[in-house]
Parts: sequence; C-alpha cells; structure tokens
Amino acid sequence: MTEKPKLGVYICHCGINIAATVDVEAVTEFAQSLPNVVVARNYSYMCSDPGQLLIKDDIQESGLNRVVVASCSPRMHEPTFRKALQEAGLNPYYLEMANIREQDSWVHQDREEATAKAKELVAAAVAKVRLLEPLTPREVDAEPAALIIGAGIAGIQAALDIGDAGFKVYLVEQSPSVGGRMAQLDKTFPTLDCSACILTPKMVDVANHPNIELLAYSEVEEVSGFVGNFDVKVRKKARYVDVSKCTGCGDCAEACRVAGRFPNEFEEGMGKRGAIYLPFPQAVPAKYTIDPERCLFLTRGRCGKSPKCVDACQPGAIDFEQKDEIVTFKVGAIIVATGFDVFDAAKKPEYGYTEFPNVITGLEMERLVSASGPTGGEILVDNGEEQIVPKEIAFIQCVGSRDQSVGNEYCSRVCCMYTAKQAHLIKDKIPDAKVKVYYIDVRAFGKGFEEFYDRVRREGIRYVRGNPSEIFKRGNKLIVKVEDTLTATPLEDEFDLVVLAVGLEPRADDRKTIDLLRLSQSPDRFLMEAHPKLRPVDTASDGIFLAGCCQGPKDIPDTVAQAKGAAASALIPLARGKVSIDAQVAGVIEDTCRGCGFCVSICPYTAIELVEINRMGHMVEVARVNEALCKGCGSCSAGCLSNSIQPKSFRDRQILPQIAALGGIK
Amino acid sequence: MSEQFKPNIVAFLCNWCTYAGADLAGTSRIQYPANVKIIRVMCSGRVNPLYVVNALQQGADGVLISGCHPGDCHYMEGNFYARRRLKLLKELLEFTGVDPRRFNMSWVSASEGHKWKEVVEKAVEDAIAAGPFDQFRRRQIGW
Repeated sequence: MTEKPKLGVYICHCGINIAATVDVEAVTEFAQSLPNVVVARNYSYMCSDPGQLLIKDDIQESGLNRVVVASCSPRMHEPTFRKALQEAGLNPYYLEMANIREQDSWVHQDREEATAKAKELVAAAVAKVRLLEPLTPREVDAEPAALIIGAGIAGIQAALDIGDAGFKVYLVEQSPSVGGRMAQLDKTFPTLDCSACILTPKMVDVANHPNIELLAYSEVEEVSGFVGNFDVKVRKKARYVDVSKCTGCGDCAEACRVAGRFPNEFEEGMGKRGAIYLPFPQAVPAKYTIDPERCLFLTRGRCGKSPKCVDACQPGAIDFEQKDEIVTFKVGAIIVATGFDVFDAAKKPEYGYTEFPNVITGLEMERLVSASGPTGGEILVDNGEEQIVPKEIAFIQCVGSRDQSVGNEYCSRVCCMYTAKQAHLIKDKIPDAKVKVYYIDVRAFGKGFEEFYDRVRREGIRYVRGNPSEIFKRGNKLIVKVEDTLTATPLEDEFDLVVLAVGLEPRADDRKTIDLLRLSQSPDRFLMEAHPKLRPVDTASDGIFLAGCCQGPKDIPDTVAQAKGAAASALIPLARGKVSIDAQVAGVIEDTCRGCGFCVSICPYTAIELVEINRMGHMVEVARVNEALCKGCGSCSAGCLSNSIQPKSFRDRQILPQIAALGGIK
Repeated sequence: MSEQFKPNIVAFLCNWCTYAGADLAGTSRIQYPANVKIIRVMCSGRVNPLYVVNALQQGADGVLISGCHPGDCHYMEGNFYARRRLKLLKELLEFTGVDPRRFNMSWVSASEGHKWKEVVEKAVEDAIAAGPFDQFRRRQIGW
C-alpha cells in the first residue's frame, strides 16, 4: 500500500465486437486522463499473445503496478490476464476488468451511449484497482478420489478412466443395476452394433475394478466442502437381500407370490416383474432387490404363512430386517452423469399415446425389437382387438423436441437416427412391412449418419415431410392425418403401428442434484456447463464436472467423449494432489471487531469462529475466518456492525469508489 | 422533460447468476437501455444496504440489485440475507421520502438473458417515472 499506484489501462477492440459500437480511441484518451494512469492503450485482441505481451512489457518497462483490462466479461478472461500479470512479476490480484463487451457493446447499438458507458465502466475499474491488495492463493491437499453420480455409459466410462489412472472412484447409481439407458437399447446407430454386447463388458469391468467402489441402489444425500476436499454422504438403500449371499439364481423371483404382476421399468412397462426382481438378466451387480412398495411382507407385514422368497432362497440371502445404510467418504472431484428422461408422449394428446395400445414410443420400440425384450425380439402389437405382426408402420419424428408448445425448443439429436435404425430393423424382421417416416427435417450430422440414412431410404423406407396433426382410429387401423408439405397434399394414411420418436428431456429429479451441488440450468433446463464452447464439461463450481445427457441430448459416441473429457478434467486435481484455494476470502480487522458473533451466525459455511485475543492487556473475543472453509461470498461483511469483516478484493473501500465513479458526482 | 431524462442506475449483480445472465444477454445480443451500470459482487448477500444509500448520494437516480433465485444461491443462503436486508431498506427509504421505485430487486438466473433485459427496462422505466434524484446529494462544498 505504500507504493504509489501506477496504472495501465488496456482497451480491447475484440476485432469489431467492441470497436464497432464503442469508440475505443475515445475511451483510451479518457482513460489517460484518469488519476494514476500511466499508460492507456488499445489493441485488437488483448487476450492474444501480442496483447498480453503489451501488458507484460509495460509492467516491466514502465513499472506498472496495477492493470485494468476493458474487454470481455471477467468470467471469460480474468484467469488469462491474471496469469499475464503473474508472468510479468506482478501480483495477479492487481487486476480489474471492465466488461465492455457482454455488458456494453453487445447489448447497445447507439455508439455514443455505448462509448459513454464504456468510459464510466473503465473509470469505475480504475477507481477500484488503485485500492486492490496483493493476494496469494493457497494450496491445500486434494483427496485422491472421485465421486461419480450415475452409472449409465457416461458414468461407467468416466469411472473406468479414473480407476485405470490409479485413483479411487465411488460410483453411485440410484437404480439396482448399472447400465442406464444404453442397456435398454437394442442396436446402436449407425453401425448396428448390439448395444448390450458393447456395454455389458464395461458394466462387468466397473463392478470388478479394484479401484472402483460401486454403490448401486444408492443415493447421494449430502455434499459439502470444496474442490479437492468434498465430504460426501451416500444412502445405500436396503435391498432386503444380503448381497454377499445372493447368487443371482432367481429362485426367489419365480417363487414370489406376486411374480409377474407389476410393470417392469426396464421394459418400459411392457414386461412384468414381481416384488423381488432383477431389473434385467445382464444386471450388474447380479443381485436381487425387493421392491418395498410392492412386497406383501413389507407392505402388509405378512405374506402367506411365510414369505415364499425366503423359502425358495437356498443361501438364505433374504433379510427383511435390513436397514438403509449411510456411507461417508471424501473425494477431490465430482462427475455428474445423471442422464435424461424420455419425453412423456402423453403430453401430446393428439397422438393418442395413452389411448391406443399400438401407438408406442421409440424406447418401447427398442425393447420390442430387442432379443432380450418382452417378446423375445418378435415385433408384436395389440391393435385393440388382437396381437398382430404390424405390416404398415409409421414413425413420427420430433415428438417433444423442437416443439415450443411442450416447452422443448431444442433438437434431441438422436431421434432422426434411432428412427432410421428402427425402421431398418423392422425391415429386417418383417421384410414385407411398409414403413413411413414423417419428419420435419432429417438431421444426420454425425460420422456415418448420412450414409446410414441413405442406406435406409434405399431399403424402401418412405420419408414424408410433414408434422402429423392427429392420430385416430378407423376400424382396426390407426389413421395418421398429415400434410405432405413438399407436395402440399393432405393425407390420411392407415397403419397398424405408430412409433413416436420421443425426444430427450432433463431428468425430473434433476432438481435434487442441482440443490445438492449448487449447479445451474441452461434455458433448456439441462445442467449448465461453465462455458458453452471452451469449458463444456466444467460447471461454475470448481471440481464438479458434467458428463453425458445431463448436460444436453447426446448420442453414445458424444456421451463417451464427454465422459472421457470429464474424467481427464477430474484427474487434474487428483493427479496433482493439490488444489489452489481462491485467495478472495474474508478477513477480520481484529482492532475494530467487537466480537458480537453476528458474522458467525450468518456464515453459511461455518467458516467463522470467535477466538480470544489479547488487546492491550485485555482478553477480548474477536472473529476469525478459517480461510479453507470461506468461499468469499461476503454475506458476513454486509451484516457486520463495525465493518470489521471484509472479503478481500470486495472490501467496502474497494467497492465504494466504484459506486462513486458510476454515480458521477465529483 | 421526462422524455429527455436519462436516469443513471447503478446495479449490483451477483457473480454466479445475474452477472452471468447479463453476460448471456450479451452473447445473445439482446438489446437493452444503456442506463444501467453494473458492479460485480460475489453474492447479493455482499451488498451492504449502505451501498444503496451511497449510490443515491453519489448521483444515481436508481439502484438495482439482482441475484440468484431464492433457494438457488451459489452460497446457499446469501440471497435470503439480501432479500431480508433490502426489503427493510426499501421500506426505510420510502419512510425517508425516497420514491420506492428508485430501488429494484430481482432474481435473474444465469440462463435468463431475456429476463435481465426486462428487469433493466423496468428499472429504467421506474427511475424515469420517479424523475431525477437529488434529495440525498451531498452539498457541493466549495472550499
């Protein structure tokens, strides 16, 4: 503080992004006139190498000790310029940014107004930067373990990568088996690999990996702490089956008094299961689970003379006394891979999904063509009168995607291709079937997609451009009412089966994850990444990463790629063994603190405690901040009666000059 | 007269929600009035009510504070503190004869670029309706 501030102000053109609306020369000239400013310059791209060099050279040659960069949002390039300062030997916290792009040039058109605003923002930044203090980020040890929430293909892949790198992984899955949505699929587009054949080996690997602790049928209840040091609490739900004894033989499921009575979630409700069940034959872990809401013994307290599953189970694995178990552990990084829900077709009543049994969703079609599905791979549908092999089949695209009326403006990215794949599979199984696809646009954008779409069309699948308005019944046929928009012909086509290519939606229980980890949502309600282009797997919270469809609709290759990206990012703190803690935390001015403890009660992180100190011979209590716990929100400061607790870089004496500069009274 | 009047509004935005929302408005090129100048704080809970008074003293015609939606605070409960403190302040300002329209509070998330535009437009409209403010201005002392 003893050194006189010598400021450098740098105004970025950002090509024409800023320069087109803001008169950068005028702003530079204005900056030059501000107190303590030694250098003011403008440059086309401040973030580029030569731009940064400009700052570094000035620091070294003109002895600058404070820097203002007026450019894009600090959320974008603050770390970049901090690093530049550091490389020039200046404390990185002697930087202030004026956001003249996102919050000025991009939102205003009037050049005069935008320039005037830019000047004020620069003046405010100059006013603040003079009073900034040098800070040193601290390093703390990082726990060499990761938590992965969700064990679909994204979670599995990330777990395997981190486990293979030699770090401990806790893989938490809320359903009884790993595998997720991919396990439900029959074949994968465009290569027609069998989904189970490529997924199940990975499911087994994840269960047997020495570094991976699989917590299936479990839910994360609490997460606290920060990057490198998260404390996690997981509830392992009671399966009422001792997994160490269960051999997965299935005798219990056959014996169950209510066997085959309830819709099987894995079969999208088309297959049936009992109260004790294995979700699907290849489930991992291959352990049975009792559904506490369905089991007679658990709901009514008795099941005949004695529960049949208990009698049937030779190893004696059934344990009705089992309770939920709480597991706690520490991790250094978290990957969220919670996946998606499919669109609920009942929200489009005009398609009669709930009314007609032969209107089904794409995911139901997956189960229907799957050899492991409820019909053993035979395509059989109920037309309201009898079970038939459908000969005329329609696919309707974009059900619940690109549709503002249901609140989903986005494209789900997989429906065009899974429809093409299912159409191909139908042609394979029912060669004389007539298949029509009603589409708005066909989006075959991935590797091998267009080729596959071409192949399917050559196989005789008819594509009709039009968005059906209604499905109704005539005799035992379904009628799809649609206008072929290429020929402007209204059509009423007859079918035995209509498949709705339902889109992907954010999970209904995403809210829980959002609250648990303090995540944000994008406008489409999927979880939001830190930057749409450059940080697609990070979140706004350090140490928490996203993988797979929880961040937005994706096909399998994209999901795997993102999972690998998230794993690589999560490995950074784990492999380094250390994380830096932001230095912008609160500090107490002990001379004026009166020890009232108001801040202690405000702090959401219990980072403040009262300690006794000797103040000129008197023992008095004052507040003290535990810097490892403090996140720098500053709530304590606004509540302090004597302004004694202040967040660094956001002190009263740093913010008030900003207010004065913007207020405009000299 | 009010047609020419361009109010000066100081806004305090939390880093995680509204500041990011205002950035999103930028990347989406959503146009809004240039009267609002933003000060970034880490949390709306950081805003000392005195900052609002100070801004009015320093020449602002209106003050806007915006943070995460209640329940969505990045710091768990900072915006609850802000809501309580600033509600009280708003009433206090009204009591002292300050038009309550000079002081606006809102919740704008990182994905609500459009809402940010609406909030700004409302703040500007309100400040225009309230007219130029000089009740709190410190006298220019000329020695």
